[in-house]
Formats: sequence, C-alpha cells, structure tokens
Amino acid sequence: MPVKVRAERLSKVFGDSPGAALEMLDGGASKDEILRETGNVVAVSEVRFDIEEGEIFMVMGLSGSGKSTLVRCLNRLIEPTCGDVLIDGENILAVDEGRVRELRRTKMSMVFQHFALFPHKSVRENVEFGLKIRGAAPAERGAAALDTLRLVGLEDWAEHYPASLSGGMQQRVGLARALATDPGILLMDEAFSALDPLIRRDMQDELLDLQRKVRKTIVFITHDFHEALKLGDRIAMMRDGKIVQVGPPEEIVSRPADDYVVDFTRDIDRGRVFSCASIMRKIPPLQLGKDTLDTATRRMRQESRDALHVVDGEGRPRGIVHAGAIARSVQAGEPDLADALLDGFPTTPETARIADLYTMCGDGLPIAVLDSRGAYAGVLMPLDILTKLTPDVPDPGTRRAMP
Amino acid sequence: MSDPSDLFLLPLEDWIQTAVEWVVANWRPVFQAIRWPISYTLDGLEAALQGIPYLVVVIAMFAIAWRTAGWRTGVFSIAAMLFIGFLGLWDKAMTTLAIVFTAVVFCVIVGLPLGIMAGRSDRFWSWLRPVLDVMQTTPSFVYLVPVVMLFGIGTVPGVIATIIFSLPPLIRLTNLGLRQVRTEVVEAGLAFGSTRWQLLKEVQFPLALPTIMAGLNQTLLLAMVMSVIAAMIGAEGLGLTVLRGIGRLDVGLAAIGGISIALLAIILDRVTQALGQARRDGPPVERRSWLAMTLGSRPRPGGTPATGENDSSRGPSERFSKGGG
Ligand SMILES: Nc1ncnc2c1ncn2[C@@H]1O[C@H](COP(=O)(O)OP(=O)(O)O)[C@@H](O)[C@H]1O
Ligand SMILES: [Mg+2]
Repeated sequence: MPVKVRAERLSKVFGDSPGAALEMLDGGASKDEILRETGNVVAVSEVRFDIEEGEIFMVMGLSGSGKSTLVRCLNRLIEPTCGDVLIDGENILAVDEGRVRELRRTKMSMVFQHFALFPHKSVRENVEFGLKIRGAAPAERGAAALDTLRLVGLEDWAEHYPASLSGGMQQRVGLARALATDPGILLMDEAFSALDPLIRRDMQDELLDLQRKVRKTIVFITHDFHEALKLGDRIAMMRDGKIVQVGPPEEIVSRPADDYVVDFTRDIDRGRVFSCASIMRKIPPLQLGKDTLDTATRRMRQESRDALHVVDGEGRPRGIVHAGAIARSVQAGEPDLADALLDGFPTTPETARIADLYTMCGDGLPIAVLDSRGAYAGVLMPLDILTKLTPDVPDPGTRRAMP
Repeated sequence: MSDPSDLFLLPLEDWIQTAVEWVVANWRPVFQAIRWPISYTLDGLEAALQGIPYLVVVIAMFAIAWRTAGWRTGVFSIAAMLFIGFLGLWDKAMTTLAIVFTAVVFCVIVGLPLGIMAGRSDRFWSWLRPVLDVMQTTPSFVYLVPVVMLFGIGTVPGVIATIIFSLPPLIRLTNLGLRQVRTEVVEAGLAFGSTRWQLLKEVQFPLALPTIMAGLNQTLLLAMVMSVIAAMIGAEGLGLTVLRGIGRLDVGLAAIGGISIALLAIILDRVTQALGQARRDGPPVERRSWLAMTLGSRPRPGGTPATGENDSSRGPSERFSKGGG
C-alpha cells in the first residue's frame, strides 16, 4: 500500500517566540520546561508517521495532548511551526494558499467533535457544501448530496434542518458532508466523543461498515482507548505532543511502550483486542501420508508438546494425535498415523477474537486456528488465552506470535 | 486663587481652531463629495414619503409591522400614524423618517463593511475599538460643532451628524456577530476549501445576522434620538417642532413633537427587533426563506410559500446585501 499521509518532524508551538521553544525542544527539553521558560505551548512535538492508503489510523491521547492540533496541521487549518506534511507525496507546507484550498476541496475533508453543521442550511445543503464551494452546478451537487445521504441512511431527512436531528443523526450528516466530495482522506477529530455510549457504538459499527464500502484513508482522533482498539488498523499513542508508540491494537496492548500506555491498557477487555491470529503459535502440523508414528514422536519431543494437529494434502486439519495414543498404537502394532488420530477437536477462524473462545477453552483441548481458506494456520492452547487476558503476567507466546 | 494655567497655558484651543479652519479651506471638495450622495438620498426619500398619499403610507406601515412584528404592532402603527396626522405633524414626521432612513442606509453602507473587517481582523478591531469608544462617550451635541464647521447648517449636515452618532452599535454588533460564530463551524467552512469571501457569504454572515439585526435596531433608535438633537443645526422634521416649542416655552408644541417622535420610535423599534428575533427563534423553514431572500439565492422547490408573501421584510434586508457587497 502506498503512503497516503506522511508527517516528518512535525511541530506546532503556540506562543510568540516559537523559535526559542523549538531550540529548547531540540535540546531535549520537556513541554513543561519550555512552557515555564518561554511561555510557549508545545502542542505537537516532532511527530512523524506514515499512514497507508485505506488505513484507519487512530491518534489516541488524553485531552490536551495535542491531537486536535495535530490533525489540523494535516490540512493546515493550523499552520505548523516546522516539519513536513506530505499528502500523496506532495509537501503541503510548501504550497501556496490556493493550492491548499484545492487540496481541501478535493483530497481531504473533516468531521468535527461537535458536528459543526451549518444551522442555517438544510441537511441537503450541508452535505452539498463542499461541492458548492468547489463550484458544482446545483442539480449535480443536489444529486450527489442525496446519494451520500442514502449511504448514511438519512435520505428522508434531506429537507430538514440540523436542529431537528438527534446527535447521532447530526454526526451522520457531518460524515455525509465529508464524504460528498469523495476525498481520499477523512480527518475525524473526536467525531463520536460527543455522542451517548450506545449511539457511539452504533456509529463505530457504521463507520467500519462504511469503510468497507468506500475505503478511505482515515485519520481518527479519539481519547477513548476502546474506540481506538475497535476502529484502528493502527494506533498512535500521543502524550504531551509526542507520539510515544505506534502500532496495531494488539501490539499496543501486549507491548505497551511506557507507563502512560500501560495505564490505558489496564482496564480494557483484552479478549476483544486480540485476534486468534495474533496470539496463536505457529507450530507446523503433522502431515497425513508423510509423517509416521516415529516422526510424530520426534516432533513432539522437539516442540515439547504432547499433542499435534494433523493436516491433509490441502493443509486442512484432520485430527489431533496425542503422545499417549501413539504409544498405544505402537504397542498394538498399528504403524499408521491415521489410526492414532482423534477427530473431535475444536477449531476457530483466525479473525475471531479470543473473547469468542471462552467456552471452547473449557474443554482444555488445543484449538486449531484456520485461515480464510480453512487451512491450518496455528494452534491456541487454552492456557495461552487465559494468560493473554491478564496484563502483567509475562507471556512466552507473544514473541513468536508477533515477530 | 491660582491654578496650573498660571504656570503654563496650553493653546490647544487655538491649534484646533487653526486646524479646522485649514481643513475647511483646503478640503472643501472632499466634504462636498461626502455631502452629495447623502443629500441625493435624503431628497429622494423625502420627496417620495411626502409625495405618496398618506393613506398608502399608513397601509404600508401597517403591512410591514404586521408581517414582521405581528398584528398588534400592525394595529398600533395604524393608530400611531393617524394620531400623528391628526396632530398636524404628518409632513414633519415624514421628514424625520426620511432623515432617519437616510442615516440608517449610510450607517449600513459604512458600518457593515467596517464591522465585517473588524470581525475578521484582530488588528483592525484593536485599532477601531478605541475610536468607537470615543465616539460613544462623546456627548451627542459635541458632534454638532465640527459638523457645522465642515458642512454648514441644514438638514443634510443634520443627517451627517446623525450618521456619525448612530454608527457605532452597528459596527460593534456586526463585529460581535461574526466573532460569535463557533470556531468549529468556521473551521468546517475552511476545511472544505472556502475562500474568505465564500466563508463570509456562506457561513459567517448568515450566522451573524441576528446579532447584526440587533445592531441595526440600536442604530435606528440612536438615529431617531439624534434627528431631534440635529434640529439644533437646522435639520427639519419633528425635532425642529420640539426645539421651537422649547425655544418659545410653548409646552404644548414641544409635547406633541415629542409624542410623535416617541410613537415613531416605538414602531421602528418593534419592527427591527422582530426582524432580528424571527431569525433567532423562528422555525428553520421560515428562517431559510428569509435568508434565501437576503442573500439573493433562489428559493427552492419544496421550500415554503412564505417566500412570496414576505415582501414586507424585503426592504430592510435588501439594504444589507447592498452593504455587504
Ligand atoms: N490556539 C491555541 N493557543 C494556545 N494554546 C493552544 C491553542 N490551541 C491548543 N493549545 C494548547 O495546545 C495543547 C494541545 O491542545 P489540543 O490539540 O486541543 O489537544 P487535544 O485535542 O488532544 O485535547 C493544549 O495544551 C492546549 O492548551
Ligand atoms: Mg481535541
């Protein structure tokens, strides 16, 4: 995937002597020290990241950590103090005002925390806004607005005014307004933070749904770690203007970079964060027709396990063999691996969350993880799952699961 | 007895005298140029108001008051206008209205752009604000002296003094209205690539309109007040009636002049207040149609029929679009 948005050493200092503040920043001074000595606020501090096309990139941090400032630097609603922002490879800090407007009209749009709808315009006029600014003819932009409203399920509300809509509906209008210009990039600043929890959850589901259809590059700001975990392909953890860690949700949770991140991960439902793929062990299976009782015994010793899955020629799991069963087969003089096979064994798709496996764990059997084609991808031990759910126990499986 | 002037007497009095004389002598064409459009507008309006049969004026006032402020104000305005007529002050009332309307028109032409500039530039506002403070704390008749020196006496100089006196609230409230538009909403406008002009036209101005209307209301009432004081430099109308009554110690004459002015002021206040209020509280559909008219965009199918019959609010609103353009 090509890089859609890139930030390079991006900083924003509010105050009247940003030069002095930047110098102190270079010297390694903290936000507090700089505020004390120069009176300037370092809102964003030497941030760098690459956001790939089609990715949902979450920026997560406490209030005041500089998230809103950062996202506004990406479309120059706030002028960065220094650094680079590249949109499709074009440095938008080097171009003139006209070009910035052009970029805002065509390449990116924004969704706001408090919706920021135009109260004097109807829902349709709100959604049309970007197209009108771009100079589209009334008929054309009206049709486009209705199409976009259909996408968010509000086509019947086109002629109503924002004031008569509920919060959730208003934000759907905000979303439609941002989508109507068909931009490649959506900037969403705490877009769901002002909504009630239940509505918020619906909107999150809807956004994921929508994203499957429209495939935008989304920069989503949030202070809600659950939201970050649920929506994000990757999460950037922000503290005092700095990004302290970037990575996929599982990585943030399983290997938090510092205490700040650990604090967020403490009270989350880990079962919902980790997918089976992210914690399974990739232990090679035995192969029907190739492996014998002998090789099976040797492999078990190698992997120091007392059971292994057995797959057929297509890689599909056929059963599981236990060390005990092999011993019995050998005693009974049955040389074939197939005779030692136990075929009642649990399986799960690799995209499933481990929260879905709790009942399976009860059996105590190893769970075969299947990829999208139904082939064996790895194995999950019930114990692995349980250790994953408790944050502070060192987990030997993690290293191998996520290289 | 001694005072500081024994030590040193600052000859500011002479300096100002000299400066004003110099300005009068050398800037004459400039003041003539300022005079001309005002005089033109005033004459036109006055001729129109005096020329139209009084019944038409009364009915028009009723229609405007009824459509904007409701039937009570409508009925009140009929009664008030007829009452003024029965006092024998109809012509003078029309002249006063012409003076006030002319002043308001020029206040809008000057004040709206200044207010908009102030609302969009902190630097301009920090420069303009002390000027407005001085203007608003200066006693009204103090304006009269320089106006007389620069423009002479008569109704037109009276209008000029009225304009200067009643201008500040419109500028202030236009500035305030623009600044009150929520940051996030302005950001939304900009995030979609608006130019500054598009932002003003599509977002800031429509949202500031209720506040601007409140400013217009204040400006109009101040113009009413000043039109009376301007009689001291020869402005005609009801003010002159009051002034004459006072001069001759004719309490009756002064009183009927004063009552007429008060009645006119009440009508104009109600109407302009209602204009601002309707924008604020009215159902969105109605609000839209009014805005659509104000901003000159076509009403859409599916809009309300109110657009067509709302003629009454068109008068004041058109002045806005002129001033904004
Ligand atoms: N216009 C501004 N002037 C001065 N300081 C600002 C301004 N905007 C934001 N800040 C400061 O910058 C920091 C980051 O703010 P913000 O980006 O709004 O954080 P967040 O969105 O994460 O809550 C805060 O300390 C805030 O006080
Ligand atoms: Mg914020």
